[in-house]
Amino acid sequence: MENLIGLLVLAPLLGAGVLLTGGRRLDRTGHWIGTALAAASFVIGVVLFAGMLGRSGEGRTLQSHLFSWVPVGGFQADVAFRLDQLSMTFVLLITGVGTLIHIYSIGYMEHDERRRRFFGYLNLFLAAMLLLVLADNYLLLYVGWEGVGLASYLLIGFWQHKPSAATAAKKAFIVNRVGDVGLSIAIMLMFTTFGTFSFGPVFDAVSKAHTGILTGIGFMLLLAACGKSAQVPLQSWLGDAMEGPTPVSALIHAATMVTAGVYLITRSGAIFNAAPDAQTAVVTVGAVTLLFGAIVGCAKDDIKKALAGSTMSQIGYMIMAAGLGPIGYVFAIMHLVTHGFFKAGLFLGAGSVMHGMNDEVDMRKYGGLRKFMPVTFVTFGLGYLAIIGFPGLSGFFSKDKIIEAAFAKGGTEGWILGGAALLGAAITAFYMTRVMLMTFFGEKRWEPDAEGHEPHPHESPKSMTIPMIVLAFGSVFAGGLFSLNSSFLKWLEPVTGHAEGHSPVSAATVTAGTMVVLVLGVGLAWLMYGRRPVPRTAPRGSLLTRAARRDLLQDDFNHVVLVRGGEHLTRSLVYLDHSVVDGVVNGTAASVGGLSGRMRRLQNGYVRSYAVSMLGGTAVLIAATLLMRGVA
Amino acid sequence: MSSTMAVHSLWTTAATTADKIPAPKIEYAQLAPVLIVFGAAVVGIMVEAFLPRRSRYLAQIGVSVLGMAAAFAAVVALAADGYASKKAHIAAMGAVAVDGPALFLQGTILLVGIVGVFTFAERRLDPKAHGRHVDSFAAQGSAIPGSEQEKEAVRAGFTTTEVFPLLLFAVGGMLVFPAANDLLTLFVALEVFSLPLYLLCALARRRRVMSQEAAVKYFLLGAFSSAFLLFGIALLYGYAGTVTYSGIASVIDGTAKLTPALASSSANDALLLIGTALVGMGLLFKVGAVPFHMWTPDVYEGAPTPVTGFMAAATKVAAFGALLRLLYVVLPDLRWDWRPVLWGVAILTMLVGAIIAVTQTDVKRMLAYSSIAHAGFILAGVIAASPDGVSSVLFYLAAYSFVTIGAFAVVTLVRDAGGEATHLSKWAGLGRRSPLVAAVFAVFLLAFAGIPLTSGFAGKFAVFKAAAQGGAVPLVIVGVISSAIAAFFYIRVIVLMFFSEPKADGPTVAVPSALTSTAIAVGVAVTLALGLAPQYFLDLAGQAGVFVR
Repeated sequence: MENLIGLLVLAPLLGAGVLLTGGRRLDRTGHWIGTALAAASFVIGVVLFAGMLGRSGEGRTLQSHLFSWVPVGGFQADVAFRLDQLSMTFVLLITGVGTLIHIYSIGYMEHDERRRRFFGYLNLFLAAMLLLVLADNYLLLYVGWEGVGLASYLLIGFWQHKPSAATAAKKAFIVNRVGDVGLSIAIMLMFTTFGTFSFGPVFDAVSKAHTGILTGIGFMLLLAACGKSAQVPLQSWLGDAMEGPTPVSALIHAATMVTAGVYLITRSGAIFNAAPDAQTAVVTVGAVTLLFGAIVGCAKDDIKKALAGSTMSQIGYMIMAAGLGPIGYVFAIMHLVTHGFFKAGLFLGAGSVMHGMNDEVDMRKYGGLRKFMPVTFVTFGLGYLAIIGFPGLSGFFSKDKIIEAAFAKGGTEGWILGGAALLGAAITAFYMTRVMLMTFFGEKRWEPDAEGHEPHPHESPKSMTIPMIVLAFGSVFAGGLFSLNSSFLKWLEPVTGHAEGHSPVSAATVTAGTMVVLVLGVGLAWLMYGRRPVPRTAPRGSLLTRAARRDLLQDDFNHVVLVRGGEHLTRSLVYLDHSVVDGVVNGTAASVGGLSGRMRRLQNGYVRSYAVSMLGGTAVLIAATLLMRGVA
Repeated sequence: MSSTMAVHSLWTTAATTADKIPAPKIEYAQLAPVLIVFGAAVVGIMVEAFLPRRSRYLAQIGVSVLGMAAAFAAVVALAADGYASKKAHIAAMGAVAVDGPALFLQGTILLVGIVGVFTFAERRLDPKAHGRHVDSFAAQGSAIPGSEQEKEAVRAGFTTTEVFPLLLFAVGGMLVFPAANDLLTLFVALEVFSLPLYLLCALARRRRVMSQEAAVKYFLLGAFSSAFLLFGIALLYGYAGTVTYSGIASVIDGTAKLTPALASSSANDALLLIGTALVGMGLLFKVGAVPFHMWTPDVYEGAPTPVTGFMAAATKVAAFGALLRLLYVVLPDLRWDWRPVLWGVAILTMLVGAIIAVTQTDVKRMLAYSSIAHAGFILAGVIAASPDGVSSVLFYLAAYSFVTIGAFAVVTLVRDAGGEATHLSKWAGLGRRSPLVAAVFAVFLLAFAGIPLTSGFAGKFAVFKAAAQGGAVPLVIVGVISSAIAAFFYIRVIVLMFFSEPKADGPTVAVPSALTSTAIAVGVAVTLALGLAPQYFLDLAGQAGVFVR
């Protein structure tokens, strides 16, 4: 059984290798190879899952040691895998959703010349992501972490002929680097503190470590999570990342990669549990981001960017839940999985809409599409109901639990977090209803483009609709299934631990509260976009709207503070280098040169002066020797 | 009657005493390397005497290369037989040591000598004179520069094939020098290798006056330093009553049984200290340490470049070998006296060599000052006074000698109408015209500068490490600063070759025969091999690092 774990990673890695080195002769079959290997990985995942269900208790965790990777004295890094309930959950999500999106991409990328390469990158992503969640130590996790960053970069910039895509890829990469530095520092701190970075030994040693160190590690891990999961303050790349092909947005920038930060924090729960200050930082980041993303999502007219804001916001929920500690870990992961279903479904739906609308992304130029794309409408609609938390659907169960847990944090903090979560739920209901109404309801607003081609909205091919239908099933039923008899809680509890909080408000009150805000959000959106026609050009809007359209000024902030500040710093350092450092260096060089010029005059070419120098030298030599002894 | 009896008894006493003088016991097999080289040199003289002029060139090359190759084989055989380690002992009635350092250095000198023969024998670089290929040496050494006699000699196609036996004699002397185990042998070996070198310096084909001037300077100053050395030997003999290394050492450490007369003179440490300083001065002159370095630039510049290359490489090996043996065998108990003095010499040598080199405009003079700076670096390893110090110095010498001989071989290739174009300004843009030659020279320069992946780095690292472990950290700091200064002028040449515009009337690069190409290729190969895998050779030097006493 253990040997299968390696195959899980190896299958997509093999696919990436074959597709990226195979050359043009694989152009016709490449997408099938990529899809088949993704599916193979999924099948292996299911087999392992079945095996895991067959065992119980401690026996469920499998460990597989492949080889010693960096054996240098006290520094031992192994390529070793750990398959427990947490990584199993991710494996199924990654390979399952991944396979569906591979299938979807066959249709979506049909007319792209570089489809083979696209599938190669997708396989590379799967391999890296699986490595990330299966690694048994932080160093190997880091390899996967960088691997998904690379795949994300390559896929965002896949249409590199578009300057906007190339820039977006670069932006994503650079912002992610900031987070990666956090992870590498965290790993170094772990090594110096614990002498190892394997999960088991590190978590066992946490109780003996100084809280200050643990807080430091926690902050660095949080920084890493912020970068990868697009949390404030490293959130700015996610919106631009929508320049990538839509299946990429669905798989990497909605369902899987961006949730790696949640995985990291949950996996490192032992460290965070012992570092309350770091936990406070985590919940703060989560709460701020869930509101930030939601507000941005309200103002965007680009359907993918609206969904990107939503992704940011939903991951904010997960991060906040993970920051709550044992009362939240399970629900963070549960929301992560349900979100993986419905958000991937929503993105695939958005892709399907774009596919039928000549790649138009502006929702103001949609309208009334439900008649033209019934399957897309229904699946997208189910995803919509799931995300806003419509009773009985996936999002209802998972989000409700997070809001409850936030209140259960207790004290003022609990009230603030719970309030933020409730407010977020209201805004979510608002902006998702807005997307729904602008896209599928109302009058048609599309027109011929500059060249006179009028879009002919049509339903997408089977290869695209089937994955959407499958994901819609997940959106509808996953949450219920997980909550039935608390099955997900029981499944994950052995790994993450669980504690019941003491909520100041009852669960029923919270549910009622969410229902109220849901109705408020939907109602407000209907008043604004359902009852009135949507203008084709965006109105000027309030100050907040305009700020939200500019992503709440995130880029302006970065520009003023980081870019300008960096430029000033660089300029002053250059000045310092030119005046002080070069001055010292050139001054030294000049004085050596001058000394050299003077000393070479001693070399006058006359044997007599050479002999005198030898005589003098000998005299000094003798004198020095005698002086050393004190004989003279 | 009684008188006859007395006479008779005198006779018989004399006879019996005569019987008691033991015949000197010479271990010919153990001295084979030296004997083979001197034998080859004698054969070379015979070749000069009896073979017709035309056939001498090839015969001399054959005799020299075969002789030194056979001697090298003998060195390897001795080392393989254990003479480098457990069988190490002193041969020839206490005159010559056969031990690890001696064999290691002799092997190095022989290899350098063989490569030196290749550069001596090169005949493709100068344009043909009267239809004949000519080498770097004067047509007839005795002809006055510019005279009618000289022109005739050139016209007749004379060549000075005597350089090969001279080289062999020099090599023979150098083989004995680091192995000499008494002061007289040391002195004789010094003269045996110095005299041929003085002659070789005077034999340049072009710029003969300069060459002769260099030779005279070298000879005068060499004789001057020999006098000091000899005086020092006399003082040491006065102190210890013996000239053997072990004898002097045992007087110093107090284990020798002294006659009453000797006891009074050896009570006088001034004899010992002044003698040590004077002998040390003689050796420091040969290695080119400051303030006994002033002959180096003039001689290096004036001598025919193949001679410069050979001399710079081999002399340094032999002289440092002798210095090591003197300090480690004779004077270990005196190290609290000589170490501080050598500290001063090493610091001065490193700094003066590096600093003056900065403003040099002639490539041969620049390399001369560079060799002075390197002498300083090697002294740092000598001062370590530890087994690591010995092995690091041995390694450094092997590495440095091949870089040097290769670098000077490259210098012979860059020529204009006046012969070798040694002025640095003429090297501008060489990398554009002859990328290969410039790249090879760049490798040598980087090795001189001690850049990693070259032998120079490994050597410098080894000596500095040994010096630091021996407690000479300030010395290492000065060494690193000097290296930084030295890096400037090495890299300046690289910049000059690759990043400046070639001059319109710049020099051409002559296409050498296989001889010089082989010499350069060996230099590059050794430089890179010792740079990429230094540990094997460091281990070899480490195994050879124990002196016999």
